[in-house]
Amino acid sequence: MESIYLAIPLASLLGAVLAGFFGKQIGRAGSHWVTILGVGTSFVLSLLVLKDVAIDDAPIYNQALYTWMVSDGIRFEVGFLIDSLTALMMVVVTGVSLMVHIYTIGYMHDDPGYQRFFSYISLFTFSMLMLVMSNNFLQLFFGWEAVGLVSYLLIGFWFTRDTAIYANLKAFLVNRVGDFGFLLGIAVVLMYTGSLDYYEVFDRADRMLFATTQVIPGVDWTVITLACILLFVGAMGKSAQVPLHVWLPDSMEGPTPISALIHAATMVTAGIFMVARMSPLFELSETALSVVIVIGATTAFFMGLIGIVQNDIKRVVAYSTLSQLGYMTVALGASAYSAAIFHLMTHAFFKALLFLAAGSVIIAMHHEQDIRKMGGLKKYMPITYWVSLIGSLALIGFPGFAGYFSKDAIIIATKNATVPGAGYAYAMVLMGVFVTAFYSFRMFFLVFHGEERMDKHTKEHLHETAPVVTFPLIMLAIPSVIIGWLTIETVLFGGYFDSAIFILNEHGAMAAVADAFHGPLNFVLHALYPGPAYLAFAGVGAAWYIYLKKPSIAEQAKAKFGFIYNLLDNKYYFDRFNEIVFASASRGIGNVLWRLGDALMIDGLVVNGSARLVGWVSGIVRHVQTGYLNHYAFAMITGLILLLGWAVLG
Amino acid sequence: MTVELSHYLILAAVLFSISMAGIVINRKNIIVLLMSIELMLLAVNLNFIAFSHYLNDLAGQVFVFFILTVAAAEAAIGLAILVVLFRNKRSINVEDISEMKG
Repeated sequence: MESIYLAIPLASLLGAVLAGFFGKQIGRAGSHWVTILGVGTSFVLSLLVLKDVAIDDAPIYNQALYTWMVSDGIRFEVGFLIDSLTALMMVVVTGVSLMVHIYTIGYMHDDPGYQRFFSYISLFTFSMLMLVMSNNFLQLFFGWEAVGLVSYLLIGFWFTRDTAIYANLKAFLVNRVGDFGFLLGIAVVLMYTGSLDYYEVFDRADRMLFATTQVIPGVDWTVITLACILLFVGAMGKSAQVPLHVWLPDSMEGPTPISALIHAATMVTAGIFMVARMSPLFELSETALSVVIVIGATTAFFMGLIGIVQNDIKRVVAYSTLSQLGYMTVALGASAYSAAIFHLMTHAFFKALLFLAAGSVIIAMHHEQDIRKMGGLKKYMPITYWVSLIGSLALIGFPGFAGYFSKDAIIIATKNATVPGAGYAYAMVLMGVFVTAFYSFRMFFLVFHGEERMDKHTKEHLHETAPVVTFPLIMLAIPSVIIGWLTIETVLFGGYFDSAIFILNEHGAMAAVADAFHGPLNFVLHALYPGPAYLAFAGVGAAWYIYLKKPSIAEQAKAKFGFIYNLLDNKYYFDRFNEIVFASASRGIGNVLWRLGDALMIDGLVVNGSARLVGWVSGIVRHVQTGYLNHYAFAMITGLILLLGWAVLG
Repeated sequence: MTVELSHYLILAAVLFSISMAGIVINRKNIIVLLMSIELMLLAVNLNFIAFSHYLNDLAGQVFVFFILTVAAAEAAIGLAILVVLFRNKRSINVEDISEMKG
């Protein structure tokens, strides 16, 4: 099996290298073939691994493959940990990636950067696989940074657009804040356990549990709380949780396929995956879990609200991604790690589907993204219409669809969670259901139903997109419908994650969900009882009434609740706040450091100063060099006499 | 009065001092400088021979031959340089040759 494990990331890497360095030689078709073959190989092998782990009950594989260096007894290694969690993530990552690869052939058809794009997304797949397959913190960090780099490259893929350059810079900077916390968290773990290997760290977790430290003088913190919160700061950056979420909506400047792959389905879930992987640490710190659940709940509800006022089709989906990531984080905080991973999986499929469908609409609309200029697309694009409907139903948690199972599991788990903040989280996720349904179907109705608001030229050219675009949509629509039904029993209640995820007995949220579960059909019928499903229906109904029946209501509401509208339209002024406080403060600090430190100290005193000192001293000393032979001779003789005198007398 | 070692040594020291003075005081003529250096070497040779004789060690006299050879070569090279220098500068005045002045 080892060679298979090794082949999975390397197949993608090979595709990326071939398309990236030899793109000119192998041509456009050549580069999409090598990368699709590479990722396809990874996908098939990942399925094999999943079968091995899930069906054949293969033992956990935990091996270092290569030792980079050993320093003071700490081993820096490249190694794989293959268990149920890893296997599931591998299939999700490679599966969605493969669909996006195929879709890209159609979406990027006329783009001059075709080969570069394929090289990047293959490289991303490699990085993400390294991240999820890692068995130690070092490799985790490598994957973490590598996916961040590819994300940066892809957001700025159209590097001649100013907005794209600002967006990728913003993403990079905000992620840097998160990564700083993440790195500090790894440092704390390393300092107290003396190891980077997951299992060794988990074994020695009690060393952190019983140690205290003071971050703020006078307040004792247990080290495990500190470590978990720092690690979670990393997850907040990568998984776009409030207040480090600001980069994700702007990342929509990149091409749509990467919005689907990186900024919805896989990379942004790296933080969720990481926290689930670290469950043996997070379980030990009630405080950290509490922070996690509160941050997640805030993201889930308030980011969903912003989605209501967005008019860019991709941004609506982006805010729904933020909100869904919030749901996953809530599940993590409620100790329902398996529910979080389950939602991660279903979300990967239906969110990739929604993004790719949005991309399909964008192609048909000649790169118009404003939903106010769409409408009535149903009759022009039937396939896109139906898959979008499936994706939206899955997203809002319509009973029977994939999202219903995962989201309901999260809601029940939150209800039964005991950590401080769980009550707040429960309220937020419940209201979030209504909001999700409302903005999803607002977009859906505005795009596919109602009057046709596009201009005449666009309307004449409207038609369904090419099969290479619609094929991946259909392939993603299938799991968006059935994957919840098929896998909920195994993944959540079948003990699938028992070997990978650790839950303390007193954190009984997941156990409570299991008690309420009597088969998937029963779970669906459960929706008939008063509960979140009705909130979803209400959201759809409200969207239908406001945006199809009486569009005037929306305008009136906008005028009446101008304050709230402005607040949402400006995204709670997070960007403004960051600009005024952090950006201008760091510019100010930079200015001071530049003038004092750089210009005055380094340039003025050290560099130019030492040059000036040398000039000044030599200006004096040069007078010794008279150029007259007899002076030199005299100096020689004087020296000789002194030496002789010293030798004879001394 | 017998001639003793100290007489030789005093003579050599006088010769050496004269040549040293020649180097330091002379500001006109580079040839005088070369001559002074030769004189210095001769003073040294004189010391060698005196010691060699009084200590009954022939090695000192052998050394003198070497020094004479080197001194001859040095004089030849020195004069050759001087000729070239004169061609370029039309002068052998010591004070004119101070281009390396700092």
